[in-house]
Amino acid sequence: MAAVSPLIRATGLSKRYGVRRVLRDVSLTLGPGEAVVIVGPNGAGKSTLLRILATLVRPSAGTVWYFDTPGLPLAQIRRRLGFVGHQTLLYEDLTVAENLRLYAGLYALDNVAARIARVVELLGIAHLAHERVRTLSRGQQQRAGLARALLHDPTILLFDEPDTGLDQQGRQLLHALIAEHCQRGGAVLLTTHAVDFATTVATRQFQLCDGQLWPLPEGQAASPIPAPVGGDHVRP
Amino acid sequence: MPEKEGGVVMQLPLARSRRGTWWVTPLLGWLGVGLVALSLILIFLYAPTDSVQGQPQRIFYLHLPAAWLAYFSFFLIFVSSIAYLLTHRTGWDRLARASAELGFVFTTLVLLTGSIWGRPIWGTWWTWDARLTTTLILWFIYLAYFALRSYVSDPERKARYAAVLGIIGFVDVPIIHMSVLWWRTLHPQPVVVRSGGPAMPPAMLLTMLVTLLAFFVLYLFLLVEKYELERMKDTLVDLRDQEL
Amino acid sequence: MSVPSAVRQLAAVVRKDVVLEWRGRELVSGMVLFAVLALLTFNFAFDLTGVNRAVAGAGALWVALIFASLLGLGRSASVERMHGAWEGVLLSPIDRGTLFLAKLVSSLLFLGLVDAVVLVLFAGLFGVPVLRLPVIGIVALGTIGLALLGTLLSPMAATTRAREVLLPVMLFPLAVPVVIAAVRATVLVLTEQPRDAWAWIQLLAGFDLLFLGVGYLIFGAAAED
Repeated sequence: MAAVSPLIRATGLSKRYGVRRVLRDVSLTLGPGEAVVIVGPNGAGKSTLLRILATLVRPSAGTVWYFDTPGLPLAQIRRRLGFVGHQTLLYEDLTVAENLRLYAGLYALDNVAARIARVVELLGIAHLAHERVRTLSRGQQQRAGLARALLHDPTILLFDEPDTGLDQQGRQLLHALIAEHCQRGGAVLLTTHAVDFATTVATRQFQLCDGQLWPLPEGQAASPIPAPVGGDHVRP
Repeated sequence: MPEKEGGVVMQLPLARSRRGTWWVTPLLGWLGVGLVALSLILIFLYAPTDSVQGQPQRIFYLHLPAAWLAYFSFFLIFVSSIAYLLTHRTGWDRLARASAELGFVFTTLVLLTGSIWGRPIWGTWWTWDARLTTTLILWFIYLAYFALRSYVSDPERKARYAAVLGIIGFVDVPIIHMSVLWWRTLHPQPVVVRSGGPAMPPAMLLTMLVTLLAFFVLYLFLLVEKYELERMKDTLVDLRDQEL
Repeated sequence: MSVPSAVRQLAAVVRKDVVLEWRGRELVSGMVLFAVLALLTFNFAFDLTGVNRAVAGAGALWVALIFASLLGLGRSASVERMHGAWEGVLLSPIDRGTLFLAKLVSSLLFLGLVDAVVLVLFAGLFGVPVLRLPVIGIVALGTIGLALLGTLLSPMAATTRAREVLLPVMLFPLAVPVVIAAVRATVLVLTEQPRDAWAWIQLLAGFDLLFLGVGYLIFGAAAED
C-alpha cells in the first residue's frame, strides 16, 4: 500500500479543565478519503477532541500535525478546515445569505454569489437563503450551519453530531455529502450518538470513553468497555 | 513511582525537586529578618530627625521601599504575563499570582503609610498628591486583576486573561502617572509636598538603602514561599485529578 | 495573509456589525438615551448654565460619554457570543490582529454616532460651544482611547457571569489617563487656552497609538474562548 500522508496526525492529546481531565493521551490519524466516526456517551470528551482539532481549543498536552507539516501557520490550517459544532455558529439576526457572505469575506473567497448559491442548493435550503436564521427550524438551522462549514471547500471536515436535528431526508443528504467529499480525496471526522448512522457512514470507528480513545473493529457495534489499546496511562 | 496507601499518594513530587535548593528560603528568611532588625535600629536610633517634619518623617523609610516593591511586583506580573502568553507554561502564571498577591499587600501598605504620614504633616488623612494618586489607581488595577481571576473558572483561560490584563495594566501605569502628575502640577496646590528633599544627608541615605535592601530580601523570601505555595496547590489539583 | 485579503476580512466583519446594529437598532439608541439622561441628571446636580459651565460641562460630557461607551461595549461583546457566532469567526483564517482592528472600527462607528448626537445636544441645551474642531478632535481621540480599552477588555468580561460589573472594574482605572486628558483638554479649549491643551492632546494621541499596538498584538489572547 502506498504511503499516504495523513491530513491530521494527533499525538498524545490531553485536555484538563482544572481538576477534570476530559481527554487522556488521545492519538489518531486521519487520511484522505477516510470517514472516521467517534461514538461515545455524553461527557466522554468527543466535542473537546473535535474542538482541539478544529484549533478552537488548545490542548493541555500533545501535538497535532496538519497535512503532514509541523508548524503550519494557523491561518493556512483553518482555511482548509470545516467545523460543525453543537451550536450553529451563525448570527441569528442575519439571513442565511448574509451569514454566508460574512464567511466568504472571512475566508477571502472569490465567486461569492456562485459559491453561496451552490452551497445552499446542496443543503436544500436555497428557498430559505433570505430568511433570518432566528426564524428557521432546528433542522433548517443545522443545514445552514453545514452550508457555512462547506462554503470554503475545506479538505478536512470536523462534524460534531451533525445528524442532530436532521430529518430522514437530511441524514441521507449528509451521508451523500460525506461520501462525495471522501471520494474527492477529502476526509471527515465526525462524532455521533446514532450508532446506525455511524455504521453507514464510517470507514473506521472509534469509541471515546472517559477521555480515552479505543478503535472499534469492523462490523462491531459500540460495546460498554472494550479492552484499551497500549498500556495504562497513569502518570507518576 | 508514587505509592498508594488507602487511596492517598504518599510521595509528593514537590519534595523531590526542592532537594537541591532547600537552603534558599531559610537563607532569605533569616537574612531578611536580620536586615529588617538592622534597619529598624537604623531608622529609630541612627537616622537623624528631619528638621521640618520631625519624627513622623521616619515613616518614609517604610513608605518608599513599599512603593518600589509595589511597582516592582507589577513589573514581575508584566514579565510573567508576556512569558506565559509566549510559552503557556503554568510556572509563569504561578509567578504572576505570587507577585500579584505581594504587590497588592505592598500597595496597600504604601497607601496606609502615606495616609499615616500625611496626617501630622498635611493635617488630612488623604491628599491627591500625584504619586499617591497613581498608587491608588494601581491599587484598583490590582483589584481588577483579582476580580478577573476570580470570575473566570477555566484555569487556562484564567491565566491567559490575567496575562492580558497584566500587560495592559503595566503599559498603562507610566501614562497614568504622567496624566496624574500633569493634572496636579498644572493645578494649584494647597500644600507643597517634599518627600525628604533632593539632598538627603548621608545618614538618612544609608538608612534608606539598608531598609530598601531589607525589604527587598524580605520580598524575595515571601515571593519564593508564595510561589511554592501556589505550586503545591497546583500539584494538589493534579493529584486529585489522577485519583478520579 | 496578504494585506488586501486582510482588508476584505476586516470589511466583512465591520459590515456584519453594521447590518446587525441596523437590524436591531438597540445599541446606538440605548447609548444615546443613556448619555442624554446622564447629562440631564448632571444638569440638576451641578450648575451647567453658570459662568463656570465650561469646566463643569466638560466633566459632565465625558462622564456621560464614558458610561454610554461602557454600555455599548459590554452589550456588543455578549451579543457576539450567542449561538457560538464568535466561535465561527475564530474558526476562520482571519488574523487576530485584523479582527481587533475590525471590532475597533465597528465600535468607533457606533460610539462616533453617539458622540455626534451628544455633542449637538450638549451645545444646544447648555450653550457651550463644543461644536468646534478642537473639541471634536479631543472627543475623537478620547473615544478612540475608550474604544481601544473596551475592545480588549470586553471579550474577557463577556465570558464571565459578572460581565456588567467586571468591565467597569477593569476599564475605569485603566482609562484614567483618557479621562483626565480629555476633560482637561476640553476645559482648556473652552476657556480659550488652546496652547496648554496641546500637551494633553498629545498625551491622548500617544495613549491611542500605544494601545493600538498593544491591542493588535494581544487581542488573540483576550478573544479566544
